[in-house]
Amino acid sequence: MAAPVRVVRGAAAALPAVAVAAFMVLFFAWPIAGVIARGFGGTSPAGLLGEVLGSGSHRSVIWFTAWQAAVSTALTVAVALPAAAAMARLRFRGQRLMRALATVPFVLPTVVVAAAFEGLFARFGLAGGGVNLRHTVWAILAAHVFFNYAVVLRTVGAHWANLDARVEDQARVLGASRIAVFRRVVLPRLAPSVAATSAIVYLFSFTSFGVVLILGGPARATIETEIYRYAVVRLDLETAAALAVVQLAAVIALVAVSNALERRRATVEPASSPAAAPRRRGPGLIANLTVMALILGLPLAVLVERSLAAGRSGGYTIRNYTAMAERVSLLPDTALAALRNSLAFALPAAALALLVGGAAALVVLRSDSRGALLGRAFDIGLTLPLGVSAVTIGLGFLLVLDRPPVDIRTSVIVVPIAHALVGIPFVVRTLVPMLRTVNPRAREAAAVLGAPPRRVRREVDLRIAARGVAVGAGFAFAVSLGEFGATSFIPRRPETLTAPLALFRLLGTPGDALRGQAMALAVSLMVLTAVAVFVMDLWGDARRGAF
Amino acid sequence: MLTVRGATVSFGRVRALDGVDLEVATGEVVAILGPSGCGKSTLLRAVAGLQPLDSGEVHWDGEDLAGLPVHRRDFGLMFQEHALFSHRDVAANVAFGLRMQKMDSAGRSRRVREVLGLVGLAGYQERTIATLSGGEAQRVALARSLAPEPRLLMLDEPLGSLDRPRREELTEELRVLLRRIGVTVLHVTHDHDEAFAVADRVAVMQSGRIARIGTPADIWHDPRHAAVARFLGHANVVEVGEGGAVPWGRLSVSPGLAVLRSDAFSRVDGSPLDAADTVAGTVTDARFRGDRFELRLRTDPGEVDLLVRDPRPAATGDRLGYIIDPARIARLDSDRS
Repeated sequence: MAAPVRVVRGAAAALPAVAVAAFMVLFFAWPIAGVIARGFGGTSPAGLLGEVLGSGSHRSVIWFTAWQAAVSTALTVAVALPAAAAMARLRFRGQRLMRALATVPFVLPTVVVAAAFEGLFARFGLAGGGVNLRHTVWAILAAHVFFNYAVVLRTVGAHWANLDARVEDQARVLGASRIAVFRRVVLPRLAPSVAATSAIVYLFSFTSFGVVLILGGPARATIETEIYRYAVVRLDLETAAALAVVQLAAVIALVAVSNALERRRATVEPASSPAAAPRRRGPGLIANLTVMALILGLPLAVLVERSLAAGRSGGYTIRNYTAMAERVSLLPDTALAALRNSLAFALPAAALALLVGGAAALVVLRSDSRGALLGRAFDIGLTLPLGVSAVTIGLGFLLVLDRPPVDIRTSVIVVPIAHALVGIPFVVRTLVPMLRTVNPRAREAAAVLGAPPRRVRREVDLRIAARGVAVGAGFAFAVSLGEFGATSFIPRRPETLTAPLALFRLLGTPGDALRGQAMALAVSLMVLTAVAVFVMDLWGDARRGAF
Repeated sequence: MLTVRGATVSFGRVRALDGVDLEVATGEVVAILGPSGCGKSTLLRAVAGLQPLDSGEVHWDGEDLAGLPVHRRDFGLMFQEHALFSHRDVAANVAFGLRMQKMDSAGRSRRVREVLGLVGLAGYQERTIATLSGGEAQRVALARSLAPEPRLLMLDEPLGSLDRPRREELTEELRVLLRRIGVTVLHVTHDHDEAFAVADRVAVMQSGRIARIGTPADIWHDPRHAAVARFLGHANVVEVGEGGAVPWGRLSVSPGLAVLRSDAFSRVDGSPLDAADTVAGTVTDARFRGDRFELRLRTDPGEVDLLVRDPRPAATGDRLGYIIDPARIARLDSDRS
């Protein structure tokens, strides 16, 4: 009698897994497969790939991609580690706000960051003349540190705060100096976290697109920007696909390393998080906050200043903002229309990302308890899009979505689907850790008190994950607003002109008037993104306290 | 009435439950007593339906519960670490089971008030879980389990996380409370004082089996198995030979394994002892225990260490003699050690 019920329940339980799998296969695996097929294509097997790897110019692009990512990672860790220490071990007024503000750069659209650095160089005379940072590797490195600072600050900082501070006190009592404590007690326990975070930062820097394309200019190319140039500018899809295969292989290797480091980190993660002993504030804190303000605050402050500058005449004006409503010959529609389009795409994209990502999180979680192979496969399958660059996805869409079974390349819905795809890993990565903090005893307690399984999920898991849902939605929304890599491959039409695309075109065109308008558009995009993330973060907080 | 028959659960090669039989009458309080890892928590989880049985049955009033999922069993279970819903306040925690029963909001708040009063936390409704002390959290967890009026209340080391004075105070409160509401209880603990204080009957578990079950007095006076005797704190387990021979002399009991309770000894002054049921020796350790001294006595012939309870003072190095009350010697089955 129990058997049929169990079968039905099993099918219902498998539904989210099936839906997630279908979506990922259709819009992720299939396009990627298309890229690989094209990349290996040509007259002889691996002929095209061999040609690409054999070419000196391609090899130097690959080499540059690898080393700039390494230097970016090292710089980011060096700059952000002291700040992580301050966040973990000091208690000061405004700490939560600082942490939230430090996160803003990470969620900013890449094109906005590029615009900010372009503005910074122009403002301080670093874009020509004696010192030129424009279109140099320095510009790229600076932007990567700016971007990934929050990644190190938040992940390493959180891990650090979880380390039992009493162990350090114990070491001090036993006669270790401050430096000895750091070297012998803190660092060994922190190292797995630093390694795992570095792997992620390396991955982000390796696959960084918008920043490199704009700040590196034509002189500095990574695999990512080369794929774009070959596919979109030179219309040489074969070479683009071959480069994408190289990129894909590197990313899969990096994701594997990152996942392995992540697992190692997870195993040494302390089970409980004892309250850290509050430490004295000191010059260290002031130095940290100054560095943070300089690295994170200055580019954004200058961006705002530039957007209000009146050009050669000097003084300030809102002319750049009002100009956004006017047509420029360069764009198929006004900048304001592009902003409107972006907002219209972000809503369905965030909803879709939340739906697929939420279901995926449940699948990952369920596989936790069963230790199923499927879960491990899902975990990797869902981390891959985080690493597989948006550009590769864009190229894949370009290659396969123009014929049955899915002929949607020219349809508007391709935009939110691409955006959702880029946002899903963020949703999963926000939700899963939060759901994992749910005490399994609490679930059992609810069941004993009479809650059926579905009710347990709603009453216990969802309540605790509510904040994760909100934060994930905010992330997905922000990701969609700023998405540039995949969108740049979508055929250009007025309806699919998004704000980052418009910004890219405005930035690429000389002339003060358009540059001013670009800065105004960048500020608008920055404000929208920051508001989305902030509001969802606050809403999540409010929900947590409520019944 | 709860009936467990032949309950068996294995985790890999470990038998957590090994053919457990147990009956709990309606309104009865039964304590499951045993060292950690003996399977007592697994037994609770099996009865609750959280742990499937490899074999065996769980019945309530003759109905087999095998097909009945956890949430429909109408049992209460209080976890050792409380497992309170940290994202809800006290009232919402206590009301959870009532909401599952679809009780209306007025009824819920009435019942919450009632139950919180019962556990001595009147007015705590709006407190958040994070602000509760260990003892308060324990009471909230108890109130949450009691609120839906379960037909069986299971308590898994309910006082386990508390310090000793709180533990003793709350043991007493729990005893009075459980008697007053007359609920059927399965109470798991590793502390025999707690088990004896709370339970009508005590089941002593050893490696997945119930080694001994009976009233607290039965078990204390007649532990039957050496392992049970040692777990209850009986230190003096001796092998009695032919004619009552023991290393220091003779006891008037039949041969086999026996336990000498520490209160079986009464001190004799002066004359040397040479009769049956007497012992002489040197005090090697003396601990002051308030109303008594606990002495470690090394017997003169035989050099056996005995634990002796003595109301009169003594110090290390004293030479003392005792008469042993044969009525306070219990015979043990020698099949287990």
